[in-house]
Amino acid sequence: MTIRVHQHDRIGGPGDGSPRFDRQGSGRDSEQPGKPCHPCGLDRHIDQSSYTVLDGTVKQALEVGKTRLIATGLVLTVAFFAIGVRLVDLTLLQDSGRTSAKHAATQFSGDQVRGDITDRNGVILATSLPTASLFADARLVPDPELAARELHRILPGKPQAELFAKLKSSKQFVWLKRHLTPRQQVQINGLGIPGLNFRREQRRFYPHGALTAHAVGFTSIDNQGLAGVEQSFDELLTGTAEPLQLSLDVRIQHILAEELSGAMSEFRAVGAAGMVYDVRNGEVVAMVSLPSYDPNDAGNAVDDARFNRATLGVYEMGSVFKLFTTAMALDEGVVSVNDGYDTTDPIRAGRFTIRDYKPKKRWLSIPEILIYSSNIGTVHMAMEAGTSKQKAFLSNLGLTRPASFELSEIGRPRFPSKWREINTMTISYGHGISVSPLQLVRAAGALVNGGELKSASLIKRSPDELVTGTRVISKETSRQMRRLMRLVVLHGTGRKANAEGFMVGGKTGTADKLRNGRYVRNARMSSFLGAFPMNDPRYVVFAMIDEPKGTKETHGFATGGWVAAPVIKRLVERMGPLVALEPIDDGADDDRIEQLLVEVQARAGGQSLASQ
Amino acid sequence: MSSFARTDTSVLGRWWWTVDRWTLIALVILMALGGVLMLAASPAAADRIGIGSFQLAQRQLALLPFALMIVIGASLLSPRGVRRCAVVGLLVTTVLLVLTLLTGTEIKGASRWLNIAGFSLQPSEFIKPFFAVSIAWILAMAKSDPKVPGIPIALGIWLVIVALLLLQPDLGQSVLITAIGGVQLFLAGLPMLWVALLAALGVAALFGAYFSLPHVAARIDGFLDPAAGDRYQINRSMEAFMNGGFFGRGPGEGTVKAHLPDAHSDFIFAVAGEEMGLIACLVIVSLFAFVVLRGFTHLLGESSLFVMLASSGLLAQFGLQALINMGSALHLIPTKGMTLPFISYGGSSLLALAMGMGMVLALTRRRVSMGEAI
Repeated sequence: MTIRVHQHDRIGGPGDGSPRFDRQGSGRDSEQPGKPCHPCGLDRHIDQSSYTVLDGTVKQALEVGKTRLIATGLVLTVAFFAIGVRLVDLTLLQDSGRTSAKHAATQFSGDQVRGDITDRNGVILATSLPTASLFADARLVPDPELAARELHRILPGKPQAELFAKLKSSKQFVWLKRHLTPRQQVQINGLGIPGLNFRREQRRFYPHGALTAHAVGFTSIDNQGLAGVEQSFDELLTGTAEPLQLSLDVRIQHILAEELSGAMSEFRAVGAAGMVYDVRNGEVVAMVSLPSYDPNDAGNAVDDARFNRATLGVYEMGSVFKLFTTAMALDEGVVSVNDGYDTTDPIRAGRFTIRDYKPKKRWLSIPEILIYSSNIGTVHMAMEAGTSKQKAFLSNLGLTRPASFELSEIGRPRFPSKWREINTMTISYGHGISVSPLQLVRAAGALVNGGELKSASLIKRSPDELVTGTRVISKETSRQMRRLMRLVVLHGTGRKANAEGFMVGGKTGTADKLRNGRYVRNARMSSFLGAFPMNDPRYVVFAMIDEPKGTKETHGFATGGWVAAPVIKRLVERMGPLVALEPIDDGADDDRIEQLLVEVQARAGGQSLASQ
Repeated sequence: MSSFARTDTSVLGRWWWTVDRWTLIALVILMALGGVLMLAASPAAADRIGIGSFQLAQRQLALLPFALMIVIGASLLSPRGVRRCAVVGLLVTTVLLVLTLLTGTEIKGASRWLNIAGFSLQPSEFIKPFFAVSIAWILAMAKSDPKVPGIPIALGIWLVIVALLLLQPDLGQSVLITAIGGVQLFLAGLPMLWVALLAALGVAALFGAYFSLPHVAARIDGFLDPAAGDRYQINRSMEAFMNGGFFGRGPGEGTVKAHLPDAHSDFIFAVAGEEMGLIACLVIVSLFAFVVLRGFTHLLGESSLFVMLASSGLLAQFGLQALINMGSALHLIPTKGMTLPFISYGGSSLLALAMGMGMVLALTRRRVSMGEAI
């Protein structure tokens, strides 16, 4: 049969004179004379000569298509079949009985041990205690009402109605009470109710409670780590008996927490954070965020308490940033310690005016700029170094990237995406950039330890492990920074941090807090970033008090020097002996350092004359 | 309804005797099952987003009659009507896709929805059936007239749509559109060398996505490695099937919907497994397989290349969506958000699929005309 079916044929319906077409193909339909064919067709003219050829192509294409359609259909059949097999496999063959419970049990808790977490000296911070948990196969409980009444008598914390609903549910597995006391277990066993069973479980217990809550974290009732080290080392802790040793020293942690919470209540602050950081190997020896919470009852902790201000919170740190600006200017050779700037006039940039908190209105040497915490002098230093150098320097110090640390609660620093001149100015004294305390102490460690940025760690490092870092400033700059920081404590805003005999150095910071994009005058972040002993630094110490209010004793001041510096002083005095640092007679060293100031000021006389 | 006389030549009478009633019945059963599951699964989701418990179910159930009307309405079209409708639809939805990018509301990190007169519309759902039919037309035309550069035009259309979808971004729909087009090219007789080449390209693209898109990598890692990544959803889903067992826990008795945020859409099959059990799930799988395979069988006797390509494209869309959704819930493939046709929550998806399946019914109606039916 020749096939002459073509579009052209079907331009119109019957009666329009177009040729009828022959039968073709399937034969599904009987020919119905007079029945109109569908009005379909393309209004394109195709010349007659190509007819048969085209017909052949189309027919051939159809045949190929149908063969391939069978192949496609087979593939899809196999796929649908696979779905069906998988369904049977999941629902019937995977021991559907009490799977969800067994699932929970094998996967999350049960008899599986979870390793302890200890501090650097082996003091237990988290451990697992074996307990029994009560569950029911509700189908087997003969009298749910009676059982609920009896159980409620032993477990007064569980409402009778809830127990009844569970026992009546005819579910194969339903938890009634997790972690019974041994007495409750004996009593329930004594009831002899069929269908009630005990499952051995492990309950996580934190002997030090709130003290190490943010570092250690907590687990769910199924022993899944949900925060802190419990979360970040969840896999490692599961199924091992090996304790995980943190770098924390619980004694120092206690001192820091006590001093910070003392300052918090004295100045009616809303929060506080503090860190002690080993500058030689990057270990975090103490890390406190207040208010804290009891990890044994983490479910009832408020969000603010669970928030880790030390690693997750990022804050504008204020004047402590002047240390970085100074280090940059010295290291880049933009200034030497003998240089200085005239700070008489405020700096105007656009609609901003940068003033000093306590204006000296004269030429200040570099040490004096730090000692008196001059914004104007610091801005001059930063501007002379330039925006790109500042950006690169802060980036080298790890201040523009989230810290890499063994916790998942890590804050992302905030800084302007477009770093303009005005940003360079404000960032030089710690505004317009927000970093976490963790980033801050790590960077400060590099300023004082000879110039190497180390990786911070919450896990204890072996004493012989040589932790190499990346060099960010020269040894000489680091030496000068140590002297400058000591001078701030000897003569400047940080005097109240001077723990006799421990050569504390550092810098105060007081930053107005941002609310809805505006700085508010009466809410500030007061901090002290320091290190000791400055002749051979071992620890960077940091204390930050959130929204302190001035008291009569501080004459209404609530600045870093009044609020945070005393915390550091007492911290250092108390922790020094614990870390085998003997108080020394710091007179000789200090004399040498003060010599610097004398020299600088001698030259300054000439400078200030010259500048007039 | 079966009271049309064989000799009735009215539009509906003719429709009743020529349309594939078995497929129509299968679709209606799927919609009914979807309605039941919606009543079970959506209250949990509604409570989560803080609206009335049955508000989501109401919205969906109110659309079911419309969906049925669209199926029937579309099935009344002639093949040429289907083609015209699809070409116009393709143009309109492409414009809507562009508008989505410009003005769309961003939900869960992607802008896929467009607000039109109080309704939020997902153009990417509607573009799939229109795309399948339009491509079929172009490929069929190229076969009958060598002067028409079929494959370049088809590729051009595909490129524009996939680019628009990726900008949203909507990787799932892009993959689906690509698969539909691929199936049609394959059926249209693409030389096997090219088929192999394109398959290799597809695998390469998958690898590329794995290495360049972190969320794709996370999904695939989570699939391959039981310990890696976020397996919460898939574990809950599998537990649901295990809990359901043979007969299920009974409608409304399941718990998975309380734990899975997408229980009413991407994981509705898990709700079905838990509440209705294995039997009902096998029925659902069979219904999908029935519609697709019956359609394919029907096409073996088809004499129009256009009808064959268009119908198989539409059926491929329907089947692949069902397979991807069920495969995800059963942990046979990495999770990929894709609605289960006629069952998952989602107005756009429901109406668009109704449109697509209505077109299939229209194209597979017994016709007197044979040969090219454009």
